[in-house]
Amino acid sequence: MTDAVRLRALRLAWAGLLLASLAAVVALNRPAATGGDSPASDARDRYGFALEEAAARAGVEFLHQGPTFDRQLDHIMPQVASMGAAVAVADFNRDGWQDFYVTNSAEGSLNRLYRNGGDGTFRDVAGELALADVNRIGVSMGAVWGDYDNDGYEDLFLYKYGRPELFHNDGGRGFTPVGERAGLPRWVNANSAVWLDYDRDGWLDLFLAGYWPEEVDLWHLKTTRIMPESFEYAENGGRNYLLRNRGDGTFDETATAVGLDSRRWTLAVAAADLMGTGYPDLFLANDYGASELYANRGGKRYVDVSRETGVGRTPKSGMNAAFGDVFNDGRLSIYKTNISEPGVLVQANDLWVPKPAGAGAGLEYENLASSLGVDLGGWSWGAQFGDLNNDGTLDIYLVNGYVSAADRTSYWYDFSEIAVGHSAIIADARNWPAMKGRSLSGYQRKRVWLNDGLGRFTEVAQVVGATDVHDGRAVALADLSNTGVLDVLVANQRGPFLLYRNTVRPGRHWIAFELEGSASNRSAIGARVELHWNGKVQLQEVSGGSGFSAQNQRRLHYGLGSSEQVDRVVIRWPSGRRQTMEAPQIDALHNITEPR
Amino acid sequence: MSRGTTALSPADAPSSPRSLLALDSRFLGPILITGILVAAHLSFGILEGYERTGVAIATAIVAEMALGRLTYRKWPHLASAYITGISVGILLRSPFLWPYAFGSLISIASKYVLRVKGRHLWNPSNFGVSAELFLAPATVSLLSIQWGNTLWPMAVIWLLGAAIVWRVGRLHISATYVASFLLFSVVRSAVTGNPWLANMAPITGPMYQLFIFFMVTDPKTTVHPRWAQCLVVFLVAFVEMLLRLAEVVHAPFYALFVVGPSAMVLETWLESRAAPRR
Repeated sequence: MTDAVRLRALRLAWAGLLLASLAAVVALNRPAATGGDSPASDARDRYGFALEEAAARAGVEFLHQGPTFDRQLDHIMPQVASMGAAVAVADFNRDGWQDFYVTNSAEGSLNRLYRNGGDGTFRDVAGELALADVNRIGVSMGAVWGDYDNDGYEDLFLYKYGRPELFHNDGGRGFTPVGERAGLPRWVNANSAVWLDYDRDGWLDLFLAGYWPEEVDLWHLKTTRIMPESFEYAENGGRNYLLRNRGDGTFDETATAVGLDSRRWTLAVAAADLMGTGYPDLFLANDYGASELYANRGGKRYVDVSRETGVGRTPKSGMNAAFGDVFNDGRLSIYKTNISEPGVLVQANDLWVPKPAGAGAGLEYENLASSLGVDLGGWSWGAQFGDLNNDGTLDIYLVNGYVSAADRTSYWYDFSEIAVGHSAIIADARNWPAMKGRSLSGYQRKRVWLNDGLGRFTEVAQVVGATDVHDGRAVALADLSNTGVLDVLVANQRGPFLLYRNTVRPGRHWIAFELEGSASNRSAIGARVELHWNGKVQLQEVSGGSGFSAQNQRRLHYGLGSSEQVDRVVIRWPSGRRQTMEAPQIDALHNITEPR
Repeated sequence: MSRGTTALSPADAPSSPRSLLALDSRFLGPILITGILVAAHLSFGILEGYERTGVAIATAIVAEMALGRLTYRKWPHLASAYITGISVGILLRSPFLWPYAFGSLISIASKYVLRVKGRHLWNPSNFGVSAELFLAPATVSLLSIQWGNTLWPMAVIWLLGAAIVWRVGRLHISATYVASFLLFSVVRSAVTGNPWLANMAPITGPMYQLFIFFMVTDPKTTVHPRWAQCLVVFLVAFVEMLLRLAEVVHAPFYALFVVGPSAMVLETWLESRAAPRR
C-alpha cells in the first residue's frame, strides 16, 4: 500500500470517526428517561398513581395577581415582579384536616386561607379570620406556619416585599397581627423564611432571608442601581435575619451575632440536622450565586461550610431547597433547582447526596442530579420530595416556567447578553433591554420524577396527569383527604391555583405520623423520624418550610409499597429525647406526643 | 482558542519522546491559559469541577496522539491538543461528561478530516464547540459567567491576553475584532433600541476574552496577509452582528465557524491560481 493510499484510507477512517462522533452527540442530546408524552388511562397501573386537577371542583378558585413596582422598572416588570405565588399547609384549627394558605401579590389584593371541609371541598375563610387583606404595606411573597408560643395552634408568619407580619392563631377562630410587638424588622424584601428551633430551647425561632436589599422600596426607587451586581457572584442582595424566640412573644435579631451575615439573593431556605449534631443546620439556595450551607455549632453560632461540603462551590441560580432520603439509607439529600434552557443556559438542577464516608464535621456532598436523571427541569422553581405512589421511595414534584407572555417569543437572547455583563452594567436596571411582552422560559412542562429506589428517576408528569404549563412557583404536598396519599398543591405566578388529587393503586400501604412536642417546640419542627421496614430505613424530618415559598404538611407520610409490616419507628425529638415504637399499625395516622 | 492547533505534517512533527514535551513558544499560551483557568476557578469557581476539564484535555491529547501517530507515523506535538482540550473544557457547560469528551474528539478529528491543500479549515475548538452547541442544545451551553464582581480580574485578563497576542504578533487581529464588535454593537443598539451597554456587555465577560485572544488569532486557521487577517475578523464581527440581530445566542462562535473557513478556502484558491503564473 502506498503512502498516498494509506493516507486516503486513514482520512476516510477519520471522517467516519468524526461523523460517528457527531451522530453520537445528537443521539445523546435527549432528556432523561420519560414515561411518555400523553396522559395514559392506565397511569395507576404503570406508575402506581394518577393525578387529577380538581381545584374548582373542590371550591378553590384563585387566580394569583402580580405586583406592579416603580415605573422605572416598567421595561422589565414581568421579570422583577415574577414571584409571590406561595402556599403553606397546616391544620390551623386542629380539626384533623389539612388546610392551606395561599398568597396574592398585587397591591391591595387578598390572600386566601382554605379550610378543609373534610368532604373534598374547601372554603376560603381568610376574610373572616383576618388573614386576607394583608397586601397594603408591601405585598405577600410567602408564608410559613409554626406554633411560636406553644399554645397548640399554628401561627402564621407572612413574608413580603415590604413589612413582614406575624399572625397569632387565636384558637383556630381568628388571627391577630403581633409583628410589631414581636419585634419583627420593619421592611424586608424576602422570598424565603423557615421556622426552626436553632438553639433547642423549646421555642420556635425564625430565619428570614432577604432577596432585594432591605433599603430598597420597589414602589419608590431612589436609584435604578438595584439589580444584582453579577449573574453568578452577586453579594448585594438582602440581609439575613435570625429571630430568636424569647418565649414571651418577642424575638431578638441574632443573625450577625451567630454568623449568618451574608447578603446573597436568597430564594429558598430549609433547615434540618444535616451534620448529625442534633441542631438544625441551614441551607440557602441563592439566585445569582453559589448556595450556602451553615453548620449549627451547638445552637450558639453558625459556621459557613458551603465550600468544604461541596454545595457552595459552583454559582448557579438557586431557587429551591428541599431535603429527602432518596436512597432509603437514613441520609438526607438536598434538592436545589436552577435554570436549564436548551440552547442557551444549562445550569441543571442539583441533587446533593452525602458521600458515604461523610458524617459530622467531615460531611461532603456530591451532585448526583445528572446520574439519577433529575437535573433538567427547565427554568425550575419549587420542588418537593414525597412518596407520590406509596411505593416506599421519595419522588420529586417540580414546577417551572418563568414568564409566559406572548407565545412563541423569547426574551432569552437579550437576557443572555446582559447577564454576562460586568457589574457596572448588569446592576443598573436602565441597562436591561425591554421585555416588550416576550416570554422567558414560558409555558414549560412540569416534572414528576418517580424514584425507582435503585438510583434512577423516571419523568412521568404528562402520563400521570400533571399537564399544566403555568408559571409554577410553589408546590406543597399534603394528604388532603386523610386517605394516606399525598395530593399536590401548586401556586402559579399570575395563574390559577391548582389542586391535583392523587389516587394510588390499591395494595400500596402507608403510615403517617403527626407529632406534637412537649419539651420540644409544640410543632415538633426538627423532629427526626426513622422508619425501619423491609430491610430499609427512611429518614424524614418535620419541617418549618421547604421548597420555594412553600410548606408541606407537617405530618410525615411514608409509603410502604406492598409491605404489610413496619419493624419500628425511631423518633428523635428536637429536645434530644428518643422514642421507639415497635411494629406500629400500617395504613394509619399516628398522633404522637413527646413523652415528658 | 487554539494557537498552533494544526495537524502536524511529518516535517514539523517531533518524533522522539524527549521532544514531545519540549518547552517552546507554543507552550506560552497553554501555560498562561492554565494559570488563568486555575486562578479563576479557585477564586470564582468558574468550573463545575476539574473532572470535566480533565476529560476534555485527556480526550484531546489521546485523540491527537492516536490520529497523529497513525496518520504520520510520528508523535505529534501536544501543545495544540492541550489548548483544544482546555478550550473545550472551559467554554462548554454541561451537567454531563460526554460533551467534554466528544467536544474534544470532534475538534481533533476535524483537523485531520476537513482539510484543503494540506491546511485544516476550522479552528478545532471552534468547530467542536459550535457543533455541540448546534447539535446538543438540550444538554450543552456556553460559558456565560463573569470573572467575579470587581474590575481587576477583568483588567488582568485583558492585559495578559493582550501581552500574549502581542508577543506572537497577533495583537492587530484582536484589536480589530474588539473595535469592530464595539462599532457593530452601536449599530445593533440603533436597530433594536436596546441600551448600548446591554449590547456591548458580552465583551466584558470571560468567554469573549478567550474568544478574542486565543481563538480568532489561531495562526493555523487565519489567512496570511495582515490586512486580510484584519478584514476577516471584521467580517466575523459583521456576521456576528447579523446573527445577533437574529437573536442567535452563540453568535460569535457561529460567525467564526462560517467566516473563518470561507476565508481560508478563498485564500487557498487564490494561491493555487497564482502559483502557476510564478
